[in-house]
Amino acid sequence: MSTSAGATGEALAPRELTLRIWRGDAKGGGLVDYTVEAQDGEVVLDVVHRVQATLAGDLAVRWNCKAGKCGSCSAELDGRPRLMCLARLSTFERGVPIVITPLRTFPVIRDLVTDVSFNYRKAEQVPAFQPSADQPVAPFRMAQVDVERSQEMRKCIECWLCQDTCHVIRDHDDNKPAFSGPRFFARYAELDMHPNDGLDRRRLMQEERGLGLCNITKCCTEVCPEGIKITDNAIIPMKERVVDVCYDPVRLLRRRRARG
Amino acid sequence: MAAPTEAAPAGPQERPRAAIEARTLRRDQWWRAPAVSAVVIGAFVVYATIAALWNADYYYEPYISPFYSPCLVAGCHLSSESYTHLRVNVPHLSVLGYWWVVSPAILILVFPLGFRLTCYYYRRTYYRSFWRSPPACAVAEPHRRYSGETRFPLVLQNVHRYFFYAGLVFNAILTYDAVVAFRNHQGQWGHVGVGTFVLLINAALLWCYSLGCHSCRHLVGGRLKHFSRHPVRFKLWGVASWFNARHMQFAWASLVWVALTDLYVRLAASGTIHGAWV
Repeated sequence: MSTSAGATGEALAPRELTLRIWRGDAKGGGLVDYTVEAQDGEVVLDVVHRVQATLAGDLAVRWNCKAGKCGSCSAELDGRPRLMCLARLSTFERGVPIVITPLRTFPVIRDLVTDVSFNYRKAEQVPAFQPSADQPVAPFRMAQVDVERSQEMRKCIECWLCQDTCHVIRDHDDNKPAFSGPRFFARYAELDMHPNDGLDRRRLMQEERGLGLCNITKCCTEVCPEGIKITDNAIIPMKERVVDVCYDPVRLLRRRRARG
Repeated sequence: MAAPTEAAPAGPQERPRAAIEARTLRRDQWWRAPAVSAVVIGAFVVYATIAALWNADYYYEPYISPFYSPCLVAGCHLSSESYTHLRVNVPHLSVLGYWWVVSPAILILVFPLGFRLTCYYYRRTYYRSFWRSPPACAVAEPHRRYSGETRFPLVLQNVHRYFFYAGLVFNAILTYDAVVAFRNHQGQWGHVGVGTFVLLINAALLWCYSLGCHSCRHLVGGRLKHFSRHPVRFKLWGVASWFNARHMQFAWASLVWVALTDLYVRLAASGTIHGAWV
């Protein structure tokens, strides 16, 4: 009993922690070390705030809820896209500085704050929900089993970690105009699987929103803080739906015959 | 109703990203998983190529190697030097005749190979391990340009569902092989050897892998908008989803086991292992 209490006390005791934070703006920048007190029960965002309060009052960092629900404090911790408010210090190796950099895929504004307006431009391009002919006006009646797939996508907090980690735009800026990204493929899937949506977005996704650029390497799923199976439950089902209208020769023949 | 295709609104001129030179700042062993995948897949490709070109020792009644089933040549039994009985068990199509000299495995393996090559899970794996596109999440890829699966030949990945259909036919054949493995050399039921279990496990793993296929999940029910109107297909979709969640595990297990099955039959047919237990 005394041993475990002692061990817990030791883990929670304040210790020195070094954060190696990228400081700079569009003109340039670099990593700067800040050493502050921290304890294992805290998260990275707590310590960043301590740095801001004690050592670097001009450190720019975006945050809001501190509970993993607003998606504001996205950054790259030791090279991995994560929410700073969900990254417990106890999960990092002791004695090694934690490297914090801004999201690499988006233009930097200052320090850890990036310009994520790319995502809002992509959001504007999504054709909105359109009621089907079955139930053209509200209130819509639908069974729970019919909306569960869409509801998984509604958990998205728009932290943009999936957009940041996606190599299609992370490593190839030139793909940005033609690629909506995993967050919006999930949004398209949400609408396409909605039992009362009547709009067919499949060709649009393939021909103008870059679904074919995705090579399903599942990084979006790996970084999603909400645990949404973006690849398996949104992107691949949409790729299969696109095959139905664009690549399946039997279905294409059947459609042509039906048209006469 | 098709979606409107108006031009995307032009965004403001993008500013530069944060100046970070390192290809990745990840400190974990991100290279380990793609390296292990590359080694296992590479070993399988080497083994399967040798086994497919060997054109001998693939049949030891009542067992046939999955690389050579169904038996397409007139004399599958001639492949085994230790063979002393008449052929009574395996599906014997004899479409090629004695004149066929090239290994029949080449004709057969096109389908399972195509199924795995276009499989969504394997695509993820070999894009990471061999193409390094990307090698791991948040690790920069070495290529200057990237067109994904929009151009030939990668656009052909979209025919995966047809390889899935072909895979089902082969699963049925290999299941038949496993069932007739309960017969002895004389065709009498009741035989159980180690090979019987090897073939049974092989067939089971291949079914588990195929039923978790993303195309299968789509075709049995995923393409529907209203599960509530199709309760049977909803149930089937649920089953496919269960297997789909374990697709990676079944993909590896079935890949390794199919090679082990071939090896087992090969050892038996060549006389390396022998006895009633075989």
